[in-house]
Amino acid sequence: MVEIFFFILATIAVGGALGVVIQKNPVGSLLFMVGTLAALAGIFVLLEAHFLAAIQVLVYAGAIMVLFLFVIMLLNLGHDYKADVRRGLGAFLAFGVTGALAGLLASQLRGAEENPIYQYFPGPEGMDLLLEEQGVVGAIARPLFTEYVIAFELVGVLLLVALVGAVALAKKRA
Amino acid sequence: MLAEALVLSALLFMIGAFGVLIRRNAIIVFLCIELQLNAVNLSFVAFSRYLGIEGQLFVFFVMTVAAAEAAVGLAIIISIFRHYETVNVENFNLLKW
Repeated sequence: MVEIFFFILATIAVGGALGVVIQKNPVGSLLFMVGTLAALAGIFVLLEAHFLAAIQVLVYAGAIMVLFLFVIMLLNLGHDYKADVRRGLGAFLAFGVTGALAGLLASQLRGAEENPIYQYFPGPEGMDLLLEEQGVVGAIARPLFTEYVIAFELVGVLLLVALVGAVALAKKRA
Repeated sequence: MLAEALVLSALLFMIGAFGVLIRRNAIIVFLCIELQLNAVNLSFVAFSRYLGIEGQLFVFFVMTVAAAEAAVGLAIIISIFRHYETVNVENFNLLKW
């Protein structure tokens, strides 16, 4: 059952990703991207990462994609139907580089699940136990506010810097 | 489930990389970078199913960095658009030699 859902969602995700690359209209690209992100959120649920699935929909599909949409509309690029795909040598090189990368990754994936390293880690059963004991949010929150609290605080500073930087960059020169 | 998720992640990353290389619209290039970040997130979540909760924490941080990056990057695109009246990356050749 999980496998069937996974393959449906994976098909949507890959189709959406192809749509992002192929679609001429930027707004169309963006809507395909939202579909991909939603499908990925579904896959996160299948992988028992419920909190991240919620965050994915709220932050990615909700906030970041709306930011992109605002910029496209602000710059009035919504009806920019000119083909902007590289042709000739550029396209050939892009295809070659991507193909080489795909081959490299595929060669590393064979027998990923049989790797002996997994016996030293909790595995799906251990993770289910952890989630049952601490809850979906608690399991993430506990290490986030203990072991990784410095990184968590620094991320807050990063967001503040990004916010100030974005305002400073996009401001009209007086 | 792990192998399938990793294959999907590799596929999405590859499509994202292809988009970055082949499109000329700066906003679409940016969107494809977000796609690549998401592919990596999927890898992290798939591994965290086997190796412990830390993978999900990393996804949390990756999402924050992606949000910051989107804000700053889009501000740069707006600022460039003011100057050149276009978002075609072929026209941004100030640092090219």
